[in-house]
Amino acid sequence: MTPRRKRMLTVAVLLIGMSITAILLVSAFKQNLLYFYTPTQIANGEASIDKGIRVGGLVKEGSLKRTEGTLDIRFLVTDEVNDIPVKYSGILPDLFREGQGIVARGKMDADGVFIADEILAKHDENYMPPEAQDALDAAKTLK
Amino acid sequence: MIPELGLFSLILALSVALVQATLPLIGAARNNPAWIALARPAAFAQALFLFFSFGCLTWSFLHSDFSVLYVASNSNTLMPTIYKVSAVWGAHEGSLLLWVCILGAWGLAVAIFSRDLPDAFVARVLAVLAMIAIGFLLFMLFTSNPFDRLPNPPPEGRTLNPLLQDPGLAIHPPMLYFGYVGFAVAFAFAIAALIGGQMDTTWARWARPWTNIAWAFLTLGIALGSWWAYYELGWGGWWFWDPVENASFMPWLIGTALIHSLAATEKRDTLKAWTVLLAIFAFSLSLLGTFLVRSGVLTSVHAFASDPSRGVFILIFLLVVIGGSLTLYAVRAPEIRSNARFDLVSREVGILINNVLLLVATLTVLLGTLFPLITDALGIGKYSVGPPYFNAVFLPVTAPLAALVGVGALARWKSDRFGRIFKPLLVPLVICIALGFAFPAVVMGHFTIAAAIGMTLALWVAWTTLYGIWARIGAKTNRWQALWQLPRGFWGMTLAHFGIALFITGITLTSIYSHEKDVGIKAGESYVLGDYEFVFDGIKSTRGPNYSAMTGTVRVLENGRLITTLHPEKRDYGPGAMPMTEAAIDPGLFRDLYVAIGEPIGENAWALRIYNKVYIRWIWLAAIFMALGGVIAATDRRYRLVKVRDLQSDRRTVTA
Repeated sequence: MTPRRKRMLTVAVLLIGMSITAILLVSAFKQNLLYFYTPTQIANGEASIDKGIRVGGLVKEGSLKRTEGTLDIRFLVTDEVNDIPVKYSGILPDLFREGQGIVARGKMDADGVFIADEILAKHDENYMPPEAQDALDAAKTLK
Repeated sequence: MIPELGLFSLILALSVALVQATLPLIGAARNNPAWIALARPAAFAQALFLFFSFGCLTWSFLHSDFSVLYVASNSNTLMPTIYKVSAVWGAHEGSLLLWVCILGAWGLAVAIFSRDLPDAFVARVLAVLAMIAIGFLLFMLFTSNPFDRLPNPPPEGRTLNPLLQDPGLAIHPPMLYFGYVGFAVAFAFAIAALIGGQMDTTWARWARPWTNIAWAFLTLGIALGSWWAYYELGWGGWWFWDPVENASFMPWLIGTALIHSLAATEKRDTLKAWTVLLAIFAFSLSLLGTFLVRSGVLTSVHAFASDPSRGVFILIFLLVVIGGSLTLYAVRAPEIRSNARFDLVSREVGILINNVLLLVATLTVLLGTLFPLITDALGIGKYSVGPPYFNAVFLPVTAPLAALVGVGALARWKSDRFGRIFKPLLVPLVICIALGFAFPAVVMGHFTIAAAIGMTLALWVAWTTLYGIWARIGAKTNRWQALWQLPRGFWGMTLAHFGIALFITGITLTSIYSHEKDVGIKAGESYVLGDYEFVFDGIKSTRGPNYSAMTGTVRVLENGRLITTLHPEKRDYGPGAMPMTEAAIDPGLFRDLYVAIGEPIGENAWALRIYNKVYIRWIWLAAIFMALGGVIAATDRRYRLVKVRDLQSDRRTVTA
């Protein structure tokens, strides 16, 4: 094979390789992007049902209810304008407390309840996740 | 008094750095020996002032000087002494002081161990290191001064974040920084070579041991972080594709490409452009990592700093460093040309594929890490990119790489034949596939195709790596002597590559065969997970040196026999600190039993998380192998026997 042919072959292989990688990348990316919604956005119907999303805000005071003796809990996540009910079964993070900021990952079901797969609370009791803070700020400007 | 001395010492370090960054550089350009000779003493002085400053901060912590804001925010009198020391680097300002101190230490090491290198070259290297130090010192003095005083000192400090009051995490930042910052040396070597127009093989030979050691430290640092997250964060995971984890992983990936590319450049004078660019990219990623962690833009496990002005400063510094070095590269590009040719089947191509695959892997991680930040900054929306993306893209890119690891090392330089390499590997390949597919069913008791592929790959890597030893000594008459005489560079490579096999085994088996369960359980009840029965005996209150705790007792039975008693805790470190879950782990080479307490869920009932994590320790064992390999390779004789005479003859044969 002449050097020129070899170079062309190398370039061709590289281009094909890059294209495959790019296609892999973009499709994996799109499938796994999680969009974040504020409670107000969800109340307004902006979030699709049964699709993986994240929601953040404060845990509404007095809203935490546990089914006695099990890991099932319910609470309301709020941006002080709208409340969204959340259902979760599992161990809560250490910082989970009423009145604290949290971000939850999961899906909205057809009844308007957010079924959470994972709840994140941050490791500093003075720290509020930026998204939760933004949700609160965005809601305040609406008031 | 002492804090002021510490601050003054920092300012002195800055002044020395300003001198070190300018005069030796000009001296090297103008061939002025007096100015060139300033570099080494300046590096000594800078290191001295930085260490002294660090000492002052440590003294303030040990004496609980709460008039210093940083000490008051991160320490209190009840804290055990060892954590008073680790609190020095536990938060933003002190962490930066550690960073710049380690930079000074690396500069000192270069100044001491470079007697065999031409003075003009060393002068340029130290000048570049000083420029980086200037950036960080300015950043500290203007935005992140650890020695700021409080006008009304409180009687008691806040405390160090309880998450950080842990031996694993105490040592994690220093290890990580020795690595991260160590890439600055490779970067400085590359820039010095570009400035001096010295693009022959000698700079690559000088850069290799430094880069290998930096890489080894970074490997250990990342492994420590992973191990810590596993036992401390209470979630049993060992890697979350968290932006801060990615911030350290990306320099590691490029660093790995760099150490291989340096081998090709040193031995065969090829891939020079790759090597220089990888050195620039590795350090740039280190700086980017610093930006990501220190500017508070991330929502992740470690958000320390939350002041936007800091972010802007680092971003500008990052742009200056990357922009400047790439401009210099563009200017010097015509001189970076190699005359060496190589065939399609050769070790050079193996290293080239290695570089490309690692680069692609890094870019995928970079995309996933930066995309949420960019879309948020541009107001497009708040997205997050989770582990499924990273796993979906990272594994297909690195799996082929792993398959080629041993094969590449078996290939000859310049020209080889596919048949020659593969003929002795065909039968082993079949054996690896057979054993790999048998292992999940026979040893683990449950077949999955993913486990089969993973185990096959791991066995293949192990075989091809060990076969490399045979390939070297098999044809010799006295094999034992040949084995003894194999160079350390080769042993380092073999160890590290074998570590990869261990790593693949660990991640495959732990992700597929581990069991996890969150249970609600009452005292006296038990839960069965696989072969193990976890008997919950209840919770009682206990006390530690600076915390109070709820401690649980869980007895673990295997086939009815008691094998261990675990005591998971939930600790309260007092006002101003969050509760900490301390998991209880029964470690083992082949499985970890792991219990963590959740919250009370009713009358005498608690939430408990129970894990059987199999083969997880193999992951960190692999990292130890890799790091050891890197260090052993760095101590190869040929790096220590470089004579000035050889260097002069090298310079005479510089290729255009």
